[in-house]
Amino acid sequence: MTPLLSVQGITKTYGAHIGCADVSFDLYPGEVMGIVGESGSGKSTLLNCMAGHLVPDAGQVVFDTRSDGPRDTVTMSEPERRMLARTDWAFVHQHARDGLRMNISAGGNVGERLMAVGARHYGQIREVAADWLDRVEIHEDRMDDRPTAFSGGMQQRLQIARNLVTGPRLVFMDEPTGGLDVSVQARLLDLLRGLVRKMGLSAIIVTHDLAVVRLLADRLMVMKDGHVIETGLTDQVLDDPQHAYTQLLVSSVLQV
Amino acid sequence: MNAMIEIAGVAKTFTLHNQGSAVIRVMEGANLTVNRGECVALVGASGAGKSTLMRMIYGNYLTASGSIVVGGVNVARAEPRDILALRRDTLGYVSQFLRVVPRVATLDVVAEPLLSVGVDPEIAKSKAQALLQRLRIPQRLWGLSPTTFSGGEQQRVNIARGFAHGYPALLLDEPTASLDAENRETVLTLIEEAKARGAAIIGIFHDEAARDRVCDHAIDVTAFVPEAQ
Repeated sequence: MTPLLSVQGITKTYGAHIGCADVSFDLYPGEVMGIVGESGSGKSTLLNCMAGHLVPDAGQVVFDTRSDGPRDTVTMSEPERRMLARTDWAFVHQHARDGLRMNISAGGNVGERLMAVGARHYGQIREVAADWLDRVEIHEDRMDDRPTAFSGGMQQRLQIARNLVTGPRLVFMDEPTGGLDVSVQARLLDLLRGLVRKMGLSAIIVTHDLAVVRLLADRLMVMKDGHVIETGLTDQVLDDPQHAYTQLLVSSVLQV
Repeated sequence: MNAMIEIAGVAKTFTLHNQGSAVIRVMEGANLTVNRGECVALVGASGAGKSTLMRMIYGNYLTASGSIVVGGVNVARAEPRDILALRRDTLGYVSQFLRVVPRVATLDVVAEPLLSVGVDPEIAKSKAQALLQRLRIPQRLWGLSPTTFSGGEQQRVNIARGFAHGYPALLLDEPTASLDAENRETVLTLIEEAKARGAAIIGIFHDEAARDRVCDHAIDVTAFVPEAQ
């Protein structure tokens, strides 16, 4: 089987400071990978390099495109990469307002993504948008409200609907449950898990919350100071951590 | 070959980096074979390594050396995605603790292993219902998350989930603990049915009568504890 995403030797420095160094891994269709580490460990830098938001200093991000098979997205042209970002990729930001257009309606936020890939029929766009709002548990009568009128959890669910409406194959998530109440987090996790399974999505989730990765991720990568220090099955890394830092991380979690 | 689970020369160490890098050798030279339709009990004093060995078979703990072959996959060396596929299709594990996404209904928790192997949702649902019924979980609870259930109820939900898909290999960690007589009887019957369809089972039972009834033989893991600690 061809990996959906094959990351090879990704390195990004900020002057003398290392963002992330020599990161390599393969992600297969339907797999969910978690990246954990403390603030400044390089996990967001890595995510942004993979998603094309940052240009890495070295390395390849090879994505198995629908039309041409595996292509290095770092060296492909900007329009090609933008098209990929609109069709096959999705990016869920920690702060929903970074991923939403706050001055247009909820339905418009979802519909805009559809129009970006060529949908033109208003009735159909509205119908698909309504279906997606329903899937993320936003009632249809809120469709014409702006996201500014939504709670944090609703904004996050709207962001997910906006991202998944075009049927992407790979979703990048940056702290998707950060800043939400615990009860809202649980609902969002449940929703994400259901969507990942039903749509056969692959996902890369950056978080510092070990409970989130235990429930969502199949595999785990632990980062420290820009380096990957441990990888493996999520439950194996959490229950039998090998590296000193991972052991510290796991043992530092407060038990509820 | 009739062997479903083959463990040979397995060793396990824990390195506690944050406690003076102490290296603790917990297991050496573990050997064990389980054939299809056979149930083997792991016995030994508390702390001898029964659960550790079980977790290594499931790929939850890393294996320091040796091989653990389950249905043709060497768990001790396999890639994460091969272990995930093994867990989805071949190897079930009923642990002592239920770990689920909050807010997911009990019925969905039990049906999930079936859905992940591609069983039709309606069939998966009716199988889950039948199991919950057999394990005497009242129907009014099926739509609720099991996180709020009593210990015994959670244990039974866990068992229902573990037996929903007919795994060819099963690991059972204290499946009859905290169950009343009736439910204990149901669980033992489920184990006997699994054996009859050819499942290879490894179990930890503190309940001796239960062990004697369903297990074909017992392996004392004390024999695998390294000498001169």
